[in-house]
Amino acid sequence: MATVNPTLIASQVVGSGGAASVTFSSIPNTYTDLLISLSTRNDTSSSNTMYIALNGSTSSFTFKQLFGDGGAAHSGSGSTNEIGVSNSAAYTASTFSNTSIYIPNYTSSNYKSISVDTVVENNATTSYALFYASLWSNTAAVTSVSFTLTSGNFAQYSTAYLYGIKNS
Amino acid sequence: MADVIEVNCTTNEVTIRPQTAEEIAAAEAAAAQAAADKAAADAAEKAKADAKAAAIAKLTALGLTADEVAALTA
Repeated sequence: MATVNPTLIASQVVGSGGAASVTFSSIPNTYTDLLISLSTRNDTSSSNTMYIALNGSTSSFTFKQLFGDGGAAHSGSGSTNEIGVSNSAAYTASTFSNTSIYIPNYTSSNYKSISVDTVVENNATTSYALFYASLWSNTAAVTSVSFTLTSGNFAQYSTAYLYGIKNS
Repeated sequence: MADVIEVNCTTNEVTIRPQTAEEIAAAEAAAAQAAADKAAADAAEKAKADAKAAAIAKLTALGLTADEVAALTA
């Protein structure tokens, strides 16, 4: 892994109307890795899964995951662009999830690995903490990153920060 | 209808606009697929649990003690 010297490329705070998606586009190719920090909450209580699109693509993703739900430890796998969890509106008021996404060598012509550490905040027995090891089987350099939810919108004050990391 | 937010990392321009019909349709399709995937995963997990319970019942019927069954299934 590169020396961690993140440089903030861009950030966004969701406004009062909420947002169905947040996209960072035209990402410069001058870094080695990308680091994304998300603090999010949904405006619905029906779902809390978050999804990623790279260069607008939601296909060719696979993942392995380890997670706890407050009751037991689990593992799983899938072939979707699932990337983490986001606090639902049913969770403790004014709390937000935290998600860290690391994409090394995002400009390379190899498939892109994605490492994710995500946790929701909920003052209840049921809560979630997950690790994902994901792969985007696409050789294109990453120039845009988007985030969406299964349903509903990102609530006001959700934040997204995109950092670039150089190995020199 | 919520907006979509796009931050251009080169120009720092922020575009906030309503979702297009295509984006709404894509989101709805993704939500349906996610629900189907979850249902399939839940069904697979239940089938695995049912198979384990059936195996334990058969082992018990063969005369294994609870400790012996636990040693095999741990």
